[in-house]
Amino acid sequence: MLTSILVISGLAAAFGLLLGYASIRFHVEGNPVADKLDGLLPQSQCGQCGFPGCRPFAEAVACGEAQINACPPGGEDTMIAMAEMLGVDPLPMGEDGGGEIETGIAVINEEECIGCTLCIKACPVDAILGATRQMHTVIASECTGCQLCIEPCPVDCITLESIEKTTETWSWALPGSPEDIADAAKAVKNHE
Amino acid sequence: MNNTATNSKRQLWKFHGGIHVPDNKEQSSRNSIEPAKLPSCLVLPLKQHVGSAALPIVEIGQRVLKGELIAESTAFISAPIHAPTSGIVTEISDALTPHPSKLASACITIKPDGEDKWIDIAESKTNLDELTLDSLAEIIGNAGIVGLGGATFPSSVKASTKNINTLILNGAECEPYITCDDRLMREHAEKIINSAAIIKRVLGANECLIGIEDNKPEAIAELQRVVSKSGHSGIDVVTIPTLYPSGSEKQLIKILTGQEIPTGSRPTEIGIVCFNVATAAAIYDAVTSSRPMISRIVTITGDGVKRPCNIEALLGTPISELIAQAGGYSDSAEKLIIGGPMMGFTVETDQLPLTKSVNCLLVVSESEIPTAGPGMACIRCSECASVCPSSLLPQQMYWHSRAQNLEKAEEYNLSDCIECGCCSHVCPAQIPLVQYFRSTKTAIDEYNEANAKNERARLRNEARTARLEKLDAEKREKSRLKKEAMQKKKAAAAAKAAAEEGGKTPEEEAIEAAKSRVAETSEASKPRNTENLTAEQQQQIDQAEARRKADSAEPSSASEEK
Amino acid sequence: MLFRNITSPHTIRPNDVTTIMLRVILALVPGIITMIWLFGWGILINIAIAIVTAIISEAFCIKLRGRPIMPALSDLSAIVTALLFAIAIPPLLPWWQTVFGMAFAIIIIKQMYGGIGYNPFNPAMSAYVLLLISYPADMTSWVSPIVLNENPLSFMQTLAAIFGGLVPAGMTWDSLSGATPLNSLKMALNQNQMISEIRTGPLWQGMIGGYGWEWPSVAFLLGGIWMIYKRVITWHIPVSMLGTLFLFGLLFSLLDPEAYPFGLFHLFSGGAILGAFFIATDPVSACTTPRGRLIYGASIGALIYIIRTWGGYPDAVAFAVLLLNMSAPIIDHLTQPKVYGHGSKK
Repeated sequence: MLTSILVISGLAAAFGLLLGYASIRFHVEGNPVADKLDGLLPQSQCGQCGFPGCRPFAEAVACGEAQINACPPGGEDTMIAMAEMLGVDPLPMGEDGGGEIETGIAVINEEECIGCTLCIKACPVDAILGATRQMHTVIASECTGCQLCIEPCPVDCITLESIEKTTETWSWALPGSPEDIADAAKAVKNHE
Repeated sequence: MNNTATNSKRQLWKFHGGIHVPDNKEQSSRNSIEPAKLPSCLVLPLKQHVGSAALPIVEIGQRVLKGELIAESTAFISAPIHAPTSGIVTEISDALTPHPSKLASACITIKPDGEDKWIDIAESKTNLDELTLDSLAEIIGNAGIVGLGGATFPSSVKASTKNINTLILNGAECEPYITCDDRLMREHAEKIINSAAIIKRVLGANECLIGIEDNKPEAIAELQRVVSKSGHSGIDVVTIPTLYPSGSEKQLIKILTGQEIPTGSRPTEIGIVCFNVATAAAIYDAVTSSRPMISRIVTITGDGVKRPCNIEALLGTPISELIAQAGGYSDSAEKLIIGGPMMGFTVETDQLPLTKSVNCLLVVSESEIPTAGPGMACIRCSECASVCPSSLLPQQMYWHSRAQNLEKAEEYNLSDCIECGCCSHVCPAQIPLVQYFRSTKTAIDEYNEANAKNERARLRNEARTARLEKLDAEKREKSRLKKEAMQKKKAAAAAKAAAEEGGKTPEEEAIEAAKSRVAETSEASKPRNTENLTAEQQQQIDQAEARRKADSAEPSSASEEK
Repeated sequence: MLFRNITSPHTIRPNDVTTIMLRVILALVPGIITMIWLFGWGILINIAIAIVTAIISEAFCIKLRGRPIMPALSDLSAIVTALLFAIAIPPLLPWWQTVFGMAFAIIIIKQMYGGIGYNPFNPAMSAYVLLLISYPADMTSWVSPIVLNENPLSFMQTLAAIFGGLVPAGMTWDSLSGATPLNSLKMALNQNQMISEIRTGPLWQGMIGGYGWEWPSVAFLLGGIWMIYKRVITWHIPVSMLGTLFLFGLLFSLLDPEAYPFGLFHLFSGGAILGAFFIATDPVSACTTPRGRLIYGASIGALIYIIRTWGGYPDAVAFAVLLLNMSAPIIDHLTQPKVYGHGSKK
């Protein structure tokens, strides 16, 4: 009886010491979980999650202070990726963030732009080119579609344009996917 | 294993897999190439090649002549477009082109005027024997020549590479039904051989190999005859076994040289350049006559056309008119396939223009080529892996594509897939494997692009945050310095006051300071050296005094001048 | 003119799942006929019971999953499973055990994992092992062909035996059934008898694999070779499996001929040849890469020898196959072929 107690206690002590040593020796600086989560996020820096940027949101999720379904631009894919990484259950989108996410590129109507630089100051990724009383324009390749520039514009000259598919950006639909089924149905209809 | 023009036994290698498919080539290869009738309109897409689209340099309503440059090349990897006949530019707008997306893209539309008048082309002054690498590449680029085997890679880029030791001409034409290269080799063998000689010399290659499948005996014989007659050395006509896809560049290079192109590289990186025989013929035309490429040979076949044949047609000709020239549709026409049965795609309408990439128009009935049913469950038989020419595991790529597990699909080397269709052909469950792979390849590209964009956005955001913080910090630093300076000043003044006796009030101190300043300046402006003047100096002083008195008597003129 | 839109390639497909399954069934026929001739009507009745159970179970599951029944059943895979299972079990096995095993194979091993193409384990062998472990006495009492030779059972009598457990007048269950040659060899070896002595017994009489087992094996071998010719299966698994089994047998019998039976014996006794050509080659649960298949077959062969010689059960094909089914994914992963353009590194 005594031997078994001694043995178990001895083992517990040994493993405890080992774990303690490992936690000190192999301690990781920084917050690798937040880094990895930040890598999954779409980097629109739009603030729709309630945090001032993607990195603060990632850190909040890593600490458990934010829900993983709060990122509308990331959509369901990002939420599921985060759920997998953290080992938690996926949450339905639309609880905190919007349901349908509009993606697109901001476009400034140059006829109406007055050169006030309010949108330039609002853009979180500096994707608007311009200066005071000079024409403003959106650098299309860098625009993340976060829509933060649309509100500040005093003349409402910024719109979100959806990205049209061209022959360059089109791709074959995955067989069995909704697009594929729609394609097939359209083809049958055209033929009739 | 097989004989060459020089009758030396040449070693051939094999690639893994491959399938035997019925040729179906006799229908269209019986007759010689027909010239096309002048079409009613020509639609020329600005992008008929790999690389950047060409930029139009003509305007609507402009009259153009045959061979005139109408859109110029916009990058190193790009190609120009020329007017295939004389006429008027009627539109520069989006139009439907032969593309599986069924989307429109930018095109120049020309209405022929029926005269078919050539533009005046300055005769090339370069002696063929003195052609250099750069001048050859320039001629090819200006002529708008791209790979005519279907890949449409700009040939000028290929022709401008150094360190080439083997030139390969691809006459394999392994896909069923297509016979345009076959007829070209039978009827214009001299062009091909002469072109080979020129390109070989300019590139500095040691040998030129022309690979032809053994189901084209007449073409082989004709090319061998021309090689022997021409006396060009170093050109070998090599017969290879008929096996699909021997005509794929990677596989042909393996068969002829035993080497494999390293993944992600081009053949030029191992010293090999490969041109389709039709491209070589077009290069010969460009070099000798300086005429740009404005037409191509296209096979029109299948039991859906009344008279299968090969037509040399102007680029931009509507497909409907080409099929009409081939006798029109037969009663059993149900599907139109652009390209061959293995790699081509169906289109819904025949109101599309002929482009540089279209090598075959295949019109078939349901019985000739039945539509595959919906795929069933994969039974893991691995027939697909046994026929894959790239030695891939299509089954694994299929599972991961289906799950959209992009990393795993890439791990199984999805990017090495040449989309030849061998795997889909043999699959017992009739799974559309190639469509899975094409879709997933694009998904991987989009994913990588999105990641790169996200990374850029993150960096820009960080840079912006840093910039704003820096501005903030500078502002704060500035105000801090200002504050410090003010405080220093105050402290200095207070110290001064404490040091002086009597403790004068600040106003008295200011008056004292002002008085002492005035005394200093008046002291400074007092004339000096006024004792012991010489007589001359005294005279000058007196004259200056007199002038001064006269000036002050007329102050108005002096101030007006100012 | 307007056309229809379909996906590439646009060819007449040469292969088809139903055709493959039909060919497998055809290749089994000579062996089945031989077995019926040797073991009586029991084989045929078992086949009938198994096929009916398999079809009903599969239809039931497909209906539950909300899929159309006919396309799913028409691929004949359930019938192939039923045939293989029915050949493996003793001819006079009580009918309800056959039904139980078959239902287990189709419903749990095949359909619950996702249906055709998704089962990691071979359904027929899983059912066999289930019954072997649950009813060892019934599963190891085979009919002796020698007894049947002298007292053949008619069709009705066999039906009565299977469904009612009744034996014909004048016979007992003990007299009718007996151990397989493999089983009796194992028991005799355990009693330290010598091989040469054992082989003088009535079951052996100058045969290689034991009376009643040799001829079906030859018939299955012919069927298997025909399947390889028709490209239904590839040569990798049968050759590596039988080769390894033979090699092990040869090695050990050279070491001690009296304690270990010789190589060819192992090939022609028990279910080795049936297993090599029909069971281990089941594409869904086997390895898929060529090198993987060689390793897979060789491992099965080795395991069969080990279990037969030193293990607790007389015949080991089922166990060996199931163990390797578990290992197939990792073997596949480690034996990927060298892709074009990737040089000597993977």
